[in-house]
Amino acid sequence: MKLNFHKNHKLLFGVVFWGFIFLSLIIAVFPALWVQQENEPLPASEPMTELERKGMKVFINEGCVYCHTQQVRPITMDENWGRPSAPGDYARINRPSVWRQTPAVLGSERTGPDLTNIGKRQPSSVWHYMHLYNPRSVVKESIMPSYPWLFQVVENPPKDATVVSIPGEYGPSNGKIVPTKKAKALVAYLKSLKQVPMDAKPTAAQQAKADSVAAQAAKKKINGATIYANNCASCHQSDGQGVQGVFPAMAGDPVVTAEDATDHIRVVLYGLQGKTIAGTEYQGIMQPFGESLSDEEVAAVINHERTSWGNDAPTVTPEDVAKVRNNDELNKIQAEE
Amino acid sequence: MNKPSAVRSVERPLTVEKAKAEERIETSPNSVRLIFSFIACSAFWLVFGTLVGEYLGLKFVWPELDTISWLSFGRLRPVHTNVVFWGFLSQGMLALALYVVPRTSQRELFSYRLGWTSLVLMNLSVVIGVISLMAGINNGAQEYREFVWPVFAFFAFGLMLIAYNLYKTIADRNVKEIYISNWYILAACLWTIILVLVAYLPGYQQDGISQTVIQGYYMHQGVGQWFTPMVLGLTYYFLPKLLNRPIYSYSLGVLAFWTQMVFYTMIGSHHFVFSPIPWWIQTVAIVFSVGMIVPVTAGTGNFLLTMRGKWRTIARSYSLPFILVGVIFYAIVSYQGTLEAFRSLNKVWHFTNYTIAHSHMSMYGFVSFLVWGGIYGLIPRMTGNEPPQFAVGAHFWLALIGVLVYSIPLMIGGTLQGLSWIAGESFIESVTLMTPYWVWRAVGGTMMFISHLIFGYNVWKMRPTTDKMTKAESVNA
Ligand code: HEM
Ligand code: HEM
Repeated sequence: MKLNFHKNHKLLFGVVFWGFIFLSLIIAVFPALWVQQENEPLPASEPMTELERKGMKVFINEGCVYCHTQQVRPITMDENWGRPSAPGDYARINRPSVWRQTPAVLGSERTGPDLTNIGKRQPSSVWHYMHLYNPRSVVKESIMPSYPWLFQVVENPPKDATVVSIPGEYGPSNGKIVPTKKAKALVAYLKSLKQVPMDAKPTAAQQAKADSVAAQAAKKKINGATIYANNCASCHQSDGQGVQGVFPAMAGDPVVTAEDATDHIRVVLYGLQGKTIAGTEYQGIMQPFGESLSDEEVAAVINHERTSWGNDAPTVTPEDVAKVRNNDELNKIQAEE
Repeated sequence: MNKPSAVRSVERPLTVEKAKAEERIETSPNSVRLIFSFIACSAFWLVFGTLVGEYLGLKFVWPELDTISWLSFGRLRPVHTNVVFWGFLSQGMLALALYVVPRTSQRELFSYRLGWTSLVLMNLSVVIGVISLMAGINNGAQEYREFVWPVFAFFAFGLMLIAYNLYKTIADRNVKEIYISNWYILAACLWTIILVLVAYLPGYQQDGISQTVIQGYYMHQGVGQWFTPMVLGLTYYFLPKLLNRPIYSYSLGVLAFWTQMVFYTMIGSHHFVFSPIPWWIQTVAIVFSVGMIVPVTAGTGNFLLTMRGKWRTIARSYSLPFILVGVIFYAIVSYQGTLEAFRSLNKVWHFTNYTIAHSHMSMYGFVSFLVWGGIYGLIPRMTGNEPPQFAVGAHFWLALIGVLVYSIPLMIGGTLQGLSWIAGESFIESVTLMTPYWVWRAVGGTMMFISHLIFGYNVWKMRPTTDKMTKAESVNA
């Protein structure tokens, strides 16, 4: 046998076979092993609960990952979604059984929003149930599929059942909508998706990158309408009309149109729940935005609300927001409430 | 060669008279049956898989088309991708390989029984896989390995049998040299076996990001070390054969082969640029993505130089235009892929519909067109039955225009999506701005789908018929 690729099939295909194994080892298998050894959940993170784990399974089985990423890249355009993702963020995601491999939650396409921090951005179960039952009931322009098979329609739900109220046109013609176990698990999973702080001190290079990212962010134009669309419209709606019985309208709302904006600022900074407005009790929960929005941004979004949809109330400045934020008295009252 | 007759061109002024498949080639009825069965399955999966694709495309415009769990977007999307990968293209390519390898080794296939076993195993895998995906059972939604391992094992086993079958055929060849096609074809089988084993074996890929490292490797090698070398190998046979002239440069083919093996293997992680997988792996992937210019230029240059001066032959053939389109798309999508890997452009295009355009230009414009070219070049010569020329032309033009109407709007829309995110607009803007482009996709997709129905009809027309088969048998006896 000559050493000639053209004539010696053992040599040719031997090199092809072993050569590829060699390359695969250095580019895939060894790096994976190495990453696996370094695999360490972030200290501040908590293990998933049984229910959240079940929810992740629903998330994977329904193929949500084909439209939703859970991956924040270390570039300016991804800042809305959170801090850059780190390997530790995924360390608790593991192989569920011998039959299936570790779920691919990073995703490869962003047809829908990134969900890395959806638990922070949207902590209201009611919103999630409505959205899953029919996304268009809360986001009119949405193209996300409805998942009615995660719900049951029952005539007379038992007293302790969670009943999801859906605006008439989107709901069933009669009966009430009750989430199944799967829907509950899925929503528990979605609500658990929150980044926790990285504890380790950033390396100099990371710090430099973070600084430049922050500097660029500061330069970014602050636009109340965009902030509203990103943070508020999914509940209060882009036309400011809210969703009846669940999320109050901003148009004509007494707090939004009040001369004194202090309450308005407080609601945005600290969130709200279970308040009765003009005789209606609202089911939804509003999350606090004090951590995610700066004083400038809070002021911008408040002014947007105060001057849109026919509202014509006095506007506020970032300094007004800072005053409320720094006012310990008010904070204490807030905590007691 | 038949000269176009004046009478017939008056009858059909809209179509150029195409040359008839010249000679009948002598192939044993055994091999005709096996190869045709692979092609028939492939055609079925094409129609099924793109029916699903078309339906998915419509859902972007009308998300409320149905509310049935088995038909929901997240479950059907992997059905689409896996069916076109493992049903349509894999089986179509293998059909042609089962002809090319014995032919260039100047002997019969090592074992027809093994060939049939492979066909059954692969189709079982796709059928069970489709049902389980629709029922919501998948392998952690890892793209292109969504079939759980007990299901994909059928496919992998079928592939191993084919590789063994082809290896034995080559090992026992009646010529000294191993023709370059066989390098590519058998290498593709061996690489894919390793790839699938690496993708499914446990141990090194476990939690979180370590799984992602393997996914980057797998999803790219799936296209890069299976479909690409396989169709290139087939083209190294069919192009010179149909043009009746040798390949321009044999050694360019060899250069492309080795660079393909080394460079392509390293670039998988360019699917995860800016992700939390180790930065150096991403950088290696980007560097080798640039390196890919070497095999791509060598390959397409070689094919185009083989075609030079033969444009008339190409225009008069009904298989060669498919091959020409395939070769051109190969060049376009490969250079495009290199661009997409650069961090600066990846920022704009990653996560957007630009990627979808790229996937279809490559898997469709490049791989599918080359497979169709091979099928139209081979089957009429094997069975003696030709498809209607008009129908082949309709397939060609609908598919070509269809894929352009599909992908150009998605490239534009995808770029706008990326720019909208960079500009910090609210997210829903990037959803609503896509609507017109998604409508175009549905239009292009419809044309593509119709062309596949026509292809199915043509395959039926080319089927081996008993009168011709018995003639072949008596010729062989
Ligand atoms: C059961 C699987 C899914 C779950 C749990 C899910 C969850 C979510 C959540 C929580 C949001 C709101 C994000 C935010 O406000 O930041 C959302 C939005 C969105 N999703 Fe999904 N999603 C799923 C499947 C899909 C699929 C398959 C698609 C693509 C066809 C999709 C497309 C969208 C789009 C376009 C939006 C933005 C508009 C909207 O808020 O509805 N989703 N999804
Ligand atoms: C009638 C023709 C076709 C239509 C309408 C169609 C439609 C679609 C749609 C709607 C998607 C999902 C896109 C998304 O999630 O944003 C998709 C994905 C995909 N299709 Fe097709 N398709 C067609 C033909 C094909 C063919 C023939 C192939 C392969 C030979 C193919 C390969 C793929 C791949 C690889 C993906 C995944 C893309 C990615 O994740 O980057 N498609 N297709």
